Amino acid sequence: MHIRQGTTCTCRPSNPLPTNIVKDATSFLHMAMLFARSRNLVSSLRQNLGLSAILIKRNHSSPRPVFTNYQLSSRVFLDPSTSFRHESTAVETQPDLVQQSDHEDDAQELDFPGGKVGYTSEMKFIPESSSRRIPCYRVLNEHGKIISDRDFIPVSEKLAVRMYEQMATLQVMDHIFYEAQRQGRISFYLTSVGEEAINIASAAALSPEDVVLPQYREPGVLLWRGFTLEEFANQCFGNKADYGKGRQMPIHYGSNQHNYFTVSSPIATQLPQAAGVGYALKMEKKNACAVTFIGDGGTSEGDFHAGLNFAAVMEAPVVFICRNNGWAISTHISEQFRSDGIVVKGQAYGIRSIRVDGNDALAVYSAVRSAREMAVTEQRPVLIEAMTYRVGHHSTSDDSTKYREADEIQYWKMSRNPVNRFKKWVEDNGWWSEEDESKLRSSTRKQLLQAIQAAEKWEKQPLTELFNDVYDVKTKNLEEQEVGLKALVEKQPQDYPTGFHI
Amino acid sequence: MASLLGRFCRKLVVPGSAHGSRMISTTACDSEAVKSLNLYSAINQALHIALETDPRSYVFGEDVGFGGVFRCTTGLAERFGKNRVFNTPLCEQGIVGFGIGLAAMGNRAVVEIQFADYIYPAFDQIVNEAAKFRYRSGNQFNCGGLTIRAPYGAVGHGGHYHSQSPEAFFCHVPGIKVVIPRSPREAKGLLLSSIRDPNPVVFFEPKWLYRQAVEEVPEHDYMIPLSQAEVIREGNDITLVGWGAQLTVMEQACLDAEKEGISCELIDLKTLLPWDKETVEASVKKTGRLLISHEAPVTGGFGAEISATILERCFLKLEAPVSRVCGLDTPFPLVFEPFYMPTKNKASSSSSLSSPLKKKHYLIMGLHVWCRYWMQSSPLLITSHSICFFR
Repeated sequence: MHIRQGTTCTCRPSNPLPTNIVKDATSFLHMAMLFARSRNLVSSLRQNLGLSAILIKRNHSSPRPVFTNYQLSSRVFLDPSTSFRHESTAVETQPDLVQQSDHEDDAQELDFPGGKVGYTSEMKFIPESSSRRIPCYRVLNEHGKIISDRDFIPVSEKLAVRMYEQMATLQVMDHIFYEAQRQGRISFYLTSVGEEAINIASAAALSPEDVVLPQYREPGVLLWRGFTLEEFANQCFGNKADYGKGRQMPIHYGSNQHNYFTVSSPIATQLPQAAGVGYALKMEKKNACAVTFIGDGGTSEGDFHAGLNFAAVMEAPVVFICRNNGWAISTHISEQFRSDGIVVKGQAYGIRSIRVDGNDALAVYSAVRSAREMAVTEQRPVLIEAMTYRVGHHSTSDDSTKYREADEIQYWKMSRNPVNRFKKWVEDNGWWSEEDESKLRSSTRKQLLQAIQAAEKWEKQPLTELFNDVYDVKTKNLEEQEVGLKALVEKQPQDYPTGFHI
Repeated sequence: MASLLGRFCRKLVVPGSAHGSRMISTTACDSEAVKSLNLYSAINQALHIALETDPRSYVFGEDVGFGGVFRCTTGLAERFGKNRVFNTPLCEQGIVGFGIGLAAMGNRAVVEIQFADYIYPAFDQIVNEAAKFRYRSGNQFNCGGLTIRAPYGAVGHGGHYHSQSPEAFFCHVPGIKVVIPRSPREAKGLLLSSIRDPNPVVFFEPKWLYRQAVEEVPEHDYMIPLSQAEVIREGNDITLVGWGAQLTVMEQACLDAEKEGISCELIDLKTLLPWDKETVEASVKKTGRLLISHEAPVTGGFGAEISATILERCFLKLEAPVSRVCGLDTPFPLVFEPFYMPTKNKASSSSSLSSPLKKKHYLIMGLHVWCRYWMQSSPLLITSHSICFFR
């Protein structure tokens, strides 16, 4: 049998049909004639409606009817709350996963668990990829000019200026903390260079009640919500003022006040947790959703599959934001998956998804805002793939020039810089000047240096904090160990670091 | 030793096969209504009470909706609704991760893993996330409302993947609690305590006892404290420590030993993490001998932790090495199960339990002779040895 890629398969078996089938040929022919007539009717209906198959809603009650929500609303991205309408052209350019064919006997349907499905006598494999990649939603071009007046949520001057300020602040913060690590003042750091638009614009699009479960490259979300530079510094130094009480490496921020779950190093573990958080918000009938971040690499983890599947089945209001920055430490995305990125995976879980230019602050803002509204009003998960580039090294423990070209890094840093791009738009509107720029950068820099100096001088946590919070109440076993350790430290203080109150 | 609740339960074991005997307890609970229940019914009752008393509690897992493969969740979905009691996709890491998320938002999530043998996909979520959730956040967040229930242990025909006892893996994780009940009455009280405990708990249910064990279980809402071991049989010659279904076996061994004049003290540990060292220590200081028994393979099993701790604390009181009567170091076999299991015969023939009294006498006589010899040559040595001899 020969199957040509991307075309309808007209396969004919080489062996003759078994005799019993030939005997039934007459009745078979009758049926075929009936099918042909009804098929023509249905195929013309289908072309008008544009659906790849007619799915009939199940009449009897079933816990969660499959496809109905998606089928009914996938063509109609109406979102009255945001006062704009997605153009249907946006949907049409997305190729259907199942290619349409005139040979489909789709008047006939088969009943299986999961609903009715049309059948076809053509053996046709869905191609491993669409002929065209899913396009990327963007609002601003590389020069900071709006491409089209339609299809984005307008941003006021106040909001735009705040967004720009925070993106610049994040840049300065990353730079100063990175240098502090290099000077040996903090043990570790990782930057979000190149991903400032994703960080700040997504945060700006959320409400403070939305619960954020980060991966680790989203400190900008916490910054937007009001975490101060001093608080960031305290965590990096693990001093007495650190809310995490010095227990984790730098950049593992967390703040219950800001609805930002504490960062943990294992990748993707936050995704099924986000489904649970979203479900909790749903049960409480809160006007809020869970928002969780993941990188391109993290989508290979089992927890990605678990998180999306659970969110979809439980109909939990969760926005999954994947920062596809091209690299998982030294592993390029070509070594990570063979799909067209992450956006195409959404449909596999029954999740609405969009690909957005992650370096376009306005596009990210619109997409996240819309996704958030959908998640909350329709109580469903949404997937956003934000395309971007990791300009910085993975972390201070990495030298990315060892596995990628320095030219490539420079290109993205200079020509595809999300901060500069947004700055141009803000400046063009007359909302920002060079004076504002230098004032902001120098004052932020000064504030950060002061924060670091202060954080460095703060004393460490008392030694008892080593033993607290393992459980809600310290166990007898831990009390004994604490007593033993204190005695040892008092006996041989030279073997232990100073600055810890015993 | 009476438990803090002031109840001393004496178990009567109905004569029968060593493995799978009915346990009837004659607890002094005259004032309250009791009902004869098996283990899965007792657990079902606990879950009903848990959901009833806290409207923000949820029960979910694979096949939980229709009542569960072991019937532990019967009636819950009908009574409390599909929003609170529901099936999940077949994905343990998702089940536990989802449960952590729910618990982190202040709810009680009682999740079911269908068999303890399948808990490993969730190991990352349990060890790296649930156990560290409070600590790593500086107590800003916690998932204390999470309870993970899983049937564990031999069932007679389970083989590799329906018989495992993975408790040792979890006892090595600071931040979670590991609880294993021995009977229906214990299970109900311990499960309610576990659900209400403000820490994530892994609750292993001995599946062998789901139907086999029948006991008078009080119908009201009661809790049995965690981290408190119980002396379920008093004795003077040797301490036996176990948990879960293994206690039935050990009880048989105690009865057999009694016929030979050996008085056994049997302790149900109940909570393995954090475990009640004081109760076991006090018992061993009294008896001088310790035997630990569990179904899990002996190497690296939780018996090793108990043995090491008791050695540290009771070394001078011990008259014999600590004995461990456990599963063999093999995957749990099917046809070879009777040979693999730590049966009462293995317990009885272990060095600790075989004729301890006689050995004690020889030991005393031996020391006495030796001391008399040394009296003539070295008075100093006598003193220290006398101290050792006259405890």
